[in-house]
Amino acid sequence: MLKRVHFGPSALPYLLVLPQILVTVIFFIWPASQALYQSLLVEDAFGLSSKFVWFENFEYLFEDPYYWGSFQRTFVFSFLVASLSMGSALLLAVMADRVVKGSGLYRTFLIWPYAVAPAAAGALWFFMFNPTLGILPYVLQFIGYDWNHKVNGTEAMALVIFAASWKQIAYNFLFFLAGLQSIPKSLIEAAAIDGAGPGRRFWTIVFPLLSPTTFFLLVINVVYAFFETFGIVDAITSGGPANSTQILVYKVYNDGFVGLDLGGSAAQSVILMGIVIGLTVIQFRFVEKKVSYND
Amino acid sequence: MASVKLDNIQKTYPNGFKAIHGVDVDVQDGEFLVLVGPSGCGKSTLLRMIAGLETVTGGELEIGDKVVNDLEPSKRDIAMVFQNYALYPHMTVYNNMAYGLKIMGLSKSEIDERVKNAAGILELTDEQLTRKPRELSGGQRQRVAMGRAIVRKPSVFLFDEPLSNLDAKLRVQMRVEIKRLQESLGITSIYVTHDQVEAMTLGHRLMVLNSGVVEQLGTPIELYERPASLFVAEFIGSPAMNILDTKISEDGESVDIATNIGLALGNGGLPDYAGKKVKLGVRPEHLQLAEGSENSLPLTVTLVEHLGADTLVHGHFGEDETDMTVRRSGTLKTVPGDKLPISITRENIHLFDAETSRRIDL
Repeated sequence: MLKRVHFGPSALPYLLVLPQILVTVIFFIWPASQALYQSLLVEDAFGLSSKFVWFENFEYLFEDPYYWGSFQRTFVFSFLVASLSMGSALLLAVMADRVVKGSGLYRTFLIWPYAVAPAAAGALWFFMFNPTLGILPYVLQFIGYDWNHKVNGTEAMALVIFAASWKQIAYNFLFFLAGLQSIPKSLIEAAAIDGAGPGRRFWTIVFPLLSPTTFFLLVINVVYAFFETFGIVDAITSGGPANSTQILVYKVYNDGFVGLDLGGSAAQSVILMGIVIGLTVIQFRFVEKKVSYND
Repeated sequence: MASVKLDNIQKTYPNGFKAIHGVDVDVQDGEFLVLVGPSGCGKSTLLRMIAGLETVTGGELEIGDKVVNDLEPSKRDIAMVFQNYALYPHMTVYNNMAYGLKIMGLSKSEIDERVKNAAGILELTDEQLTRKPRELSGGQRQRVAMGRAIVRKPSVFLFDEPLSNLDAKLRVQMRVEIKRLQESLGITSIYVTHDQVEAMTLGHRLMVLNSGVVEQLGTPIELYERPASLFVAEFIGSPAMNILDTKISEDGESVDIATNIGLALGNGGLPDYAGKKVKLGVRPEHLQLAEGSENSLPLTVTLVEHLGADTLVHGHFGEDETDMTVRRSGTLKTVPGDKLPISITRENIHLFDAETSRRIDL
């Protein structure tokens, strides 16, 4: 046990944390409280008058079928993005873990997509899947499939899911690879001697031992899918066609800055803030304490 | 039960490094063979090749009269105890032992019987069986690792430095238990260690490896009494054997110990080595104190270590201040700076060729 060290009173610790506190106050506390306040107001489209309405904005939201529709879409979207990106990342990490020669190069290439800005990634997928110019619809035509995500909502959703997952694979890959490499080789060897084949070894030994990493990534990926996919959605579909790719974070923007319903938009962002706080609590409660196999 | 036969086993890595240079050994059914040598000598590699965790790049490996060169580890009918125990951290002790049995497809009752039986042998309580490995002490984990090997009822046990993570007291205790267990189960065992005391006490036979070459294969007493090379001579025995650089006299009848002091070889001497350089080895416990003898060497004491049962005296003698260690049982009253007269007898010396380092038989 370390004994607590006592220092004399000094301004230095406060000075050292001051920049961080300033950043948090200016860029988080202030806007967040503005959003909270705004969510209790109804404002006309020109910003000339506003009225304090208590929780009317929220009541309206919860009765709005479009909002629930967006909620549902967001869950489907997040679930699929998280599973697709984590699944592919795990597969790639397992294979990269076995590579002996040129592993550095292989890994570097796999990490690249993470360095691509969301809007640039969106533009890339936009061009690849563009119904008139894109290479993939052209290829799909040969097998008799007519791809047009500009009119087909399911295809549009599939496209944003692909694009959003693709960008997150690199990040997940890094963590899975690190997780795999921290599993002692002797465990795998012991399982091999015990008669477990590669598949069985993976599911009974490797996968359970990766669960802290998996759980951590699950939270990170859900947060990513909820909040950081705005750029991708905006660049590829702008929420369309017919709101079919309008996830919550996009709806905040759309209602607030396009629809100019500032109060309703603020109420939506307050709800999103609540979700983030919830996920963060889960993260700290479970990831850091419960799901751990380290001695 | 099975014998293990290694016939000119070799290991060359893809980068061209040759780790094992052809090992031949016939491990009898029920025998306890210890592979011993310094770090990097290839002993673990050899064991892992027997286990099937490393490929065999040359020679033939037989377990129970069956060539197993290309067989999966699980098909070789072996069990292995790892240095870090390699227990599955997310499973209870019970499930750690039952894992391999479940894969074998045994019935629940059969698995239960085998696990309980092994737990009984290893003195693991029912309560401990429900714990996770991280909730056990080092010695208990070691038992679980042994248990996981026992329940499989293998033909061959492989041990890869299983005691090196334990503290000194526990190591001695587990060493005795492993020996007892091996004798009662009678399972052929191959054990890797770098600790020569462990090797001497456990093995029916020892194989001393150095840079992938077998220096000597024999019983502990053979290795101690007739080391085949300088390497074995220095490796086996603690404190290590004293080695003197010297030469055989011009007539081949005696070996020079120090200026003007020779030791008659008898038995016709070594005419082939007349005038040649040799290395002379003598164990610390074989040096005699020779009060008043004319032919004694005056050892200048530099350090005295009292072990209780024994006393170790470090010193040097002669013009070139050759270092020497003497081990006497009981307490010896001497202090640094003293001169102790010591003598060497012919029966207790080992001679080695200065060039090849091989033993010269008298």
